[in-house]
Amino acid sequence: MVDVPSDLKYTKSHEWVRTLPDGRIEVGITDHAQAALGDLVFVEVPAAGRGLAAAEACAVVESVKAASDVYSPLGGTVSESNSKLADSPELLNQDPYGAGWLMRLQPSAPAAAGSLLSAAAYLKFLDEESD
Amino acid sequence: MGLKTPLFDTHASSGAKIVDFGGFDMPLHYGSQIEEHHRVRNDAGVFDVSHMCVIDLKGPRTREFLLYLLANDVAKLRAPGKALYSCMLNEQAGVIDDLIVYFLSEDGFRLVVNAGTRDKDLAWIRAQAGRFGVDVIERKDLAILAVQGPNARDKALRLLPEAHRAAAAALPVFSGAQLGDWFVARTGYTGEDGFELLIPATGAPKAWADLLAQGVGPAGLGARDTLRLEAGMSLYGNEMDEAENPIESGLAWTVAFTPADREFIGRAALLKIRSDQRRQLVGLLLTDRGVLRGHQTVETNRGPGSITSGGFSPTLNRSIALARLPLDAGDAVRVDVRGKLLSARVVRPPFVRNGKPLISL
Repeated sequence: MVDVPSDLKYTKSHEWVRTLPDGRIEVGITDHAQAALGDLVFVEVPAAGRGLAAAEACAVVESVKAASDVYSPLGGTVSESNSKLADSPELLNQDPYGAGWLMRLQPSAPAAAGSLLSAAAYLKFLDEESD
Repeated sequence: MGLKTPLFDTHASSGAKIVDFGGFDMPLHYGSQIEEHHRVRNDAGVFDVSHMCVIDLKGPRTREFLLYLLANDVAKLRAPGKALYSCMLNEQAGVIDDLIVYFLSEDGFRLVVNAGTRDKDLAWIRAQAGRFGVDVIERKDLAILAVQGPNARDKALRLLPEAHRAAAAALPVFSGAQLGDWFVARTGYTGEDGFELLIPATGAPKAWADLLAQGVGPAGLGARDTLRLEAGMSLYGNEMDEAENPIESGLAWTVAFTPADREFIGRAALLKIRSDQRRQLVGLLLTDRGVLRGHQTVETNRGPGSITSGGFSPTLNRSIALARLPLDAGDAVRVDVRGKLLSARVVRPPFVRNGKPLISL
């Protein structure tokens, strides 16, 4: 079964979003996405300070099969990206909601994450997508 | 819904990710492609390759027919059981398919050809075989299990009846023997030692289960592709097809121009290509970070080339590729990877053989 933690928000392009206590958001790819991609072998994350529009392609995850773009769930500025992924891309497979996080973002609009999919809505979307 | 091998249910019930390959529903991996790759390099893995097509050729003029049909020279096959890798060319020297031919007896040879080319291969072979009076028999009743890795032969031997074990253990590299119901061949597509077992389809699920019980790990087509890429082996449809010739596809070693009086299909065209060769197949090792993929453009000082197969090498922990480049393109090239020019080194394949890297990083 795919893991979809109930305390996170989601996108239809299979990113997850966690709101941090300081108002920033943390972004990664979902368990469903990592399972569909297979073993990840290369990850490219955006540099700190880069401004991103919502839905802008901002990271690349490459598996044994193919390269896929990751889209920024919200507009904002990158404050930090996960440097461990350069040497350990398998963290994305092993712990997609934890050690496999991609970037942390200062959103340009406060509470913008509210507009994203809930866990229940994302699960429903996965169901429909697989039909 | 594609065609299914006799092991499809076995794969599906073990949670394999199933993909289309050559018209067949085949297992891509059983969880982790990289773990399956390492299992084959370090221990033993088994692949279901029953999608490949076994063709038996029968008749007293079979050798004469194959001397004409194949670019490699079946006169090299003297000992029964001996195998030869060859391209089958059209008159323009385009590659119709690559295959393995086994010499069983003077009136019986066996071919193993690719899955996706099955229909056109059979049509071509039948069209040529008529005037040699050779019967062409597709063996749909056989399954093929490739057991590969440093411990593969030891583990597979335990499945054989006592009476056949010594004969199987004594098989030289690139030879096979019919031992009871099983045709056991010391061949493969991974750069490791091992067997390919051509067995009755009805017995395939039991043989698969017995191999797993001996500690052989199931391995999917994903690992098969990274293993063969590390081993520098060509994949039909990637390195070569009917628009490409063997000389510019890294397969000149499989073409037998001598004896000069052997007239095989494609010979005249190949002689022209040989005297005017412009491109060659090379290996690439990516020195920047990223992943090389098929169809990416390679920039060299002698003009552009193209990656035929690319990916991540689990053994080297780097990205590698096979690429068709202009001759004398030098040692340092650049590859257009998703809009960025990354640096790569031109190397001579294979990258890995028998568990050992052959390329210095």
